[in-house]
Amino acid sequence: MAETVIETQPDLHFDVDPSQQGDLRTEEMLVNMGPQHPATHGVLRVVLRTDGELVLESVPHVGYLHRCAEKIGENLQPYQYIPYTDRMDYLAGMNNNQAFAIAIEELAGIEVPERAKYIRVIFAELNRIASHLVAFGTYGLDMGAFTPFLYSFREREMILDLFESACGARLTYSYITVGGVHEEMPDSFLDVLHEFLDYFEPKIDEYNQLLSYNHIFVKRTANVGVISAADAIAWGLTGPCIRGSGVRWDLRKSTPYEIYDRFDFGVPIGHPGGTEGIPNAVVVGDCWSRYFVRVCEMQESCRIIRQAMAQIPEGEFTAAKVKNIKLPDDEVYVEIENPRGQLGFYVRGDGSAIPARVKARGPSFCNISILNHIGRGCLLADIPAIIGSVDIVMGEVDR
Amino acid sequence: MVSEEICDILKSEFGDAVVGSVMDARRPYVVIAADRWAEVAAFLRDDSRMQMNMLQCLTALDLLEDNKLAAVYDLFSFPVTSAEEVPLLRHHFAVRVEVNRDDPHIPTVSHVWPTADWHEREAYDMMGIVFDGHPELTRILCPDDWIGFPLRKDYEYPVDYHGIPGTTEHQLTNPRH
Repeated sequence: MAETVIETQPDLHFDVDPSQQGDLRTEEMLVNMGPQHPATHGVLRVVLRTDGELVLESVPHVGYLHRCAEKIGENLQPYQYIPYTDRMDYLAGMNNNQAFAIAIEELAGIEVPERAKYIRVIFAELNRIASHLVAFGTYGLDMGAFTPFLYSFREREMILDLFESACGARLTYSYITVGGVHEEMPDSFLDVLHEFLDYFEPKIDEYNQLLSYNHIFVKRTANVGVISAADAIAWGLTGPCIRGSGVRWDLRKSTPYEIYDRFDFGVPIGHPGGTEGIPNAVVVGDCWSRYFVRVCEMQESCRIIRQAMAQIPEGEFTAAKVKNIKLPDDEVYVEIENPRGQLGFYVRGDGSAIPARVKARGPSFCNISILNHIGRGCLLADIPAIIGSVDIVMGEVDR
Repeated sequence: MVSEEICDILKSEFGDAVVGSVMDARRPYVVIAADRWAEVAAFLRDDSRMQMNMLQCLTALDLLEDNKLAAVYDLFSFPVTSAEEVPLLRHHFAVRVEVNRDDPHIPTVSHVWPTADWHEREAYDMMGIVFDGHPELTRILCPDDWIGFPLRKDYEYPVDYHGIPGTTEHQLTNPRH
């Protein structure tokens, strides 16, 4: 990977102090960005209070996609609720199915067959790659680079074809379900998957050459929207957002669920510029770090899938009884590592087959709540860079 | 550190602020009196034995049979300094604050954990719990002029919202909750 040397540029990020502006008369303006703005990744509305090019305040308004997902959960049996979890984070349906399924299995004490666990890991990691490809491609679009988007969607299409061959759906899968998975994988699935991984892994280097080290891209994202590790923890950031701030924290590694303790993989974090081939302008916790963590994670997901394919045993793909399960009068809170961070499900049973309370803790909901905190004093053009680097899915913010 | 130890420390520090504890459940929790909660929350974050600097989730519950609403706080300790290592000090802990359904007031902890800001707004929006001292306690997911708190068990579905039919005839004649 060729390293591009970035010359030092004057720091454009100065503190906003109206008393220092002298006689120059400026006027504040409220800019309403969204809810139909292409750079807000869905129906996010941000009210920006600006002074010229400077952003004094950026207040996100959410709720445009609210569909009462939690209320619906109190009216359906868990296996019926699985399709609704797809529609929360619609770019990572498999991971959402998995989170809810694990919560119910833990509450009701359902034993998942070994083979089903491996199938789940393979699909969850494939979905992580697909989701990161969207994040990568659309982030390029936000920054004015159109080509990476076409490249990443070309590869994502292959993953969607694989999903389609397994469960018939291309976006909202409902494939991972309570007790295992919905159907056995097709006969030739693993062979096709092997071919895909052999094709895909070299592409990641291509992405780096195409976008990661691109001079313009680095200038737009390096040292922009910097989040310190302490801030990231206090605001409840998770996933690539907290890892971009230099905190090595991944639930798959730190508190392994399913069978993640059986695989050897790394947890990429943000590194300061100048080290490990990273552009000099980069600081830990900036937009570029969050972006690059995602690119590196695709590589690690490929490693996990290859190990899972080598280890997968024969056996059942689902537990015997998955419908009409009586949920005990108890509660669980389960978190898993979604492509965007920690997706938590709080489920409370009351002795019947329908939960008394279902609560989803969406990673995007917490991640985007920091926007006003980091968006203060940046330039107007940095706002799309920050929103894109946080990688939100509004379906999950609003639920 | 296991939940029993944390519970014992809280009992010795705050005495009767700990109004109950369930330690043998799948997910142990303590019940804290609502009027002392802000104080206990600051202790949980700042005490060197606790260091619970992350609020993972805030769940609002409707305990209709007890005529109570509850907020469940899932906390986690997450050392800030060791950026390179997987933290050694890490424990989960759950706190429940129960309030009367007719007058649900809980002090805000958004100054303790900034992430509580949006979570408390959501709990207010969905369940109608009022978080005293919150900087901007407005609805977050529902529109500002929405009537009622949708996740309450006795919530009545709106028949109409600005000309949009809110419920079907089938739902009106076959309520499930």
